Amino acid sequence: MDVSQYLEIFLDETGEHLQNLSDQLMILENEPENEDTINEIFRAAHSLKGMAGTMGYKRMQNLTHDMENVFSEVRNGKIKVNSHLVDILFKALDALEEYKDNIQNTQDEGTNENEPIIKALQAILNGGGEAAADEAAPAAAAEKEEKAPAPAAEGGSMKWQSYKVQEAEQHVMADAIVKGMHVYGFDVYVQESCILKAARAFLVFKAIEELGGEIVVSNPPVQDIEDEKFEFDFSIFVVTEASFDDVKTAILSVSEIEKAEGAEIDIENPILEVAEEEEEAEAAPAKEEEKTSEAPAVVEQAEVAQSADTKAAPAKKAATNKPVVNRTVRVDIEKLDTLMNLVSELIIAKNSLVSFGSGDVSGGNGEFNEQIEYLESVTTNLHESVMKVRMVPIESVLAKFPRMIRDLSKKLDKPMELTMTGEETELDRTVVDEIGDPLMHLLRNSADHGLEKEDVRRARGKNPTGHVFLNAYQEGNNVIIDVGDDGNGIDVAAVKQKAIDRGVISHEQAEAMSDKEAVDLLFGAGFSTAKVVTDVSGRGVGLDVVKSKIEALGGDVSVKTKLGEGSTFSVRLPLTLAIIQALMVIVGEEKYAIALGSIDTIEAVTESDIKFVENKEVINLRGIVIPIIRLDTVLGVQKDKKDDDNLIVVIVKKGDALAGLVVDELMGQQEIVIKSLGKYINCSSRIINGATILGDGEVALIIDTNVLF
Amino acid sequence: MDALNIAREYDKKQYIVIGIGDEQYGIDIAFVDNILRMQSITRVPDTQEYFKGVINLRGEVVPVMSIRIKMGLDDDVITNKSRIIIVKLENNAPIGIIVDEVKEVVTLDETKIDTVSNSGKKMDASFINGVGKVEDQLISLLELSTVINEKEMA
Repeated sequence: MDVSQYLEIFLDETGEHLQNLSDQLMILENEPENEDTINEIFRAAHSLKGMAGTMGYKRMQNLTHDMENVFSEVRNGKIKVNSHLVDILFKALDALEEYKDNIQNTQDEGTNENEPIIKALQAILNGGGEAAADEAAPAAAAEKEEKAPAPAAEGGSMKWQSYKVQEAEQHVMADAIVKGMHVYGFDVYVQESCILKAARAFLVFKAIEELGGEIVVSNPPVQDIEDEKFEFDFSIFVVTEASFDDVKTAILSVSEIEKAEGAEIDIENPILEVAEEEEEAEAAPAKEEEKTSEAPAVVEQAEVAQSADTKAAPAKKAATNKPVVNRTVRVDIEKLDTLMNLVSELIIAKNSLVSFGSGDVSGGNGEFNEQIEYLESVTTNLHESVMKVRMVPIESVLAKFPRMIRDLSKKLDKPMELTMTGEETELDRTVVDEIGDPLMHLLRNSADHGLEKEDVRRARGKNPTGHVFLNAYQEGNNVIIDVGDDGNGIDVAAVKQKAIDRGVISHEQAEAMSDKEAVDLLFGAGFSTAKVVTDVSGRGVGLDVVKSKIEALGGDVSVKTKLGEGSTFSVRLPLTLAIIQALMVIVGEEKYAIALGSIDTIEAVTESDIKFVENKEVINLRGIVIPIIRLDTVLGVQKDKKDDDNLIVVIVKKGDALAGLVVDELMGQQEIVIKSLGKYINCSSRIINGATILGDGEVALIIDTNVLF
Repeated sequence: MDALNIAREYDKKQYIVIGIGDEQYGIDIAFVDNILRMQSITRVPDTQEYFKGVINLRGEVVPVMSIRIKMGLDDDVITNKSRIIIVKLENNAPIGIIVDEVKEVVTLDETKIDTVSNSGKKMDASFINGVGKVEDQLISLLELSTVINEKEMA
């Protein structure tokens, strides 16, 4: 069977299941008795195994199978969850992740059998006391069920009895029986005169599904039956709540079906006892398990939900905690890009209409202007909607961090906990894809450099468990992600000393440096203050990479720190990359755009307000000294006239720093579409980071004020 | 049928003949996207000196270069005949080249093209990948990849 078309879905879903497993394992480690979690893990492992099996990834299937067995024992209370077990399970997850990556890259799972992990899992299984005796209870049960069919089977001569049931299928049947449903085996014979055998078979399937039944497996496989690759009979295994006779009648009600022979598959007793114990806990999860069923009757689901409500409290929790699955469509990002480009074009066209309309203010244009305003609001809304489509919550990136902190905690031998808020904060897809690594660096940095050792913390009277946090929130047109810790804070003196040792700065420079400037040294290349280089961080490639990556995304990063109390890195990212609000300014004869997000205020300044500090122009604005940058010089604009006495200064900000840009004229605020300058032009000072097309068709360049600081 | 005709003419190439100073150059028509009249070019600061800036080509921002400066000749004198030729060596990466004039389109087959060795006396020899003969005129055929890409001559 060609499964390549399902590969993408498989990879997506595998990723989701692995993430889910990882999350639940974290919970399990803290609450080893949490049944909901155990069930959830079991289900995720089970689905993974099924998917891997379907796709033909045998090694992946084997590994998940062993994991599932362990969970099954945990579920039955035969194995106790402990840190060792969780460690091994995490290793298994890593191995699965590796398979997934291999598949993603090469469509092949690779050849790593992961023997040690499988052995470790099996050792746990065998070491679980009596657990060894009836290892993998459900599987064993299913086998028994096959080998000892109900006495009702007349002489054991039916074809379905000779069919060798796969393990995954056995599980489904065993689960169903545990849930109090019936499992029947049938041989269905089609009349030899029948022409459309496949159609009849389809009607049989349909009839069973209408009864609320589910066909677990058929022999030959469904695909072959649909392709009419069978003689005049086929075997099916049905899971249903309906009685045997009802099912048989339903099958026979399809015309041209000659006969249907079958029997109920019963289960031998020991399992039933377990099943009853489990029933309560199972009731709620059963609902999700149902997902394999094609058309479960609505009534039936309602009943399950009801029983979940009335039964044990934990079960109820599981039912309500489960997020409702969003109704989504997967869309290729290229299609969204195309849409986005079209919206951009529309905005440019709108802008040109606006400038056309405003150029002609003579009477009789009221209606025209009204329509333009209408068009303006429509395009703005359209733009926002398209942007929203591209927005994804940063949750997908943050999800892997709790696990990482857990591992770091063990590795560094520092107890620590991670709290995260604002996982639902949304960012442009392209930004979300890129932001994971920088955030990971910052968190590692906090865990490794920031937090003190446990004994030091005790001595300082702090909570021995270190606290690392990540808070994301939206602020205007930006998203802020704060990553920090309640650790030692940055030792400015140590940073300066290190910089002097490395020859980055001189003693004199160090003396003159403000704390803030010293902290900024950390973002320079090849700088690490950790006394010992660990494999967690400390190779000095961290913060400068973080900084350049975030700046490449159009954002910036700043630090607040207090010695002894901890430090916080604030990452600021723009919500969107493609369309921004900008202030249009004129320098000489040329028009430039400055992103509104980076502008603090606009000031009117007279030439006499400008003072000189260290031979540089500054102004004193309400008590703050701000450096003045003459844009015409920086941009190399040729101007005939000299600046007059009254200057227009646009105050721009980067983090807490301010700078004043001298411009000749303000044109006003405008929504601009950012276009790249293309690969050939190479702006050496990087002061221009894009261009936009104005309403009149003219090209204006966008100034990246960040490089001016 | 069409396919056959195309196959037969495969070794013929069409070139746009442009004038730069007193010389004539040919640009392989396969790379030419568009020919524009001169229009206002937005200067980009701090860039390579042969880049004149960027223009708006149907909503796209396209860089424009001066082949004269790239070849080490005097700066362009913009006249009525000046044109911007938009070429695309790669998809989605158009670039404009300012030329003094666009003359005609010629079809050359391989027998009419002499390849030049790179040891030519002229400085800009590597910009040329052959010389085509049309009647009694010589046309230097431009190697666009060296014209466009940033490879400073030693």
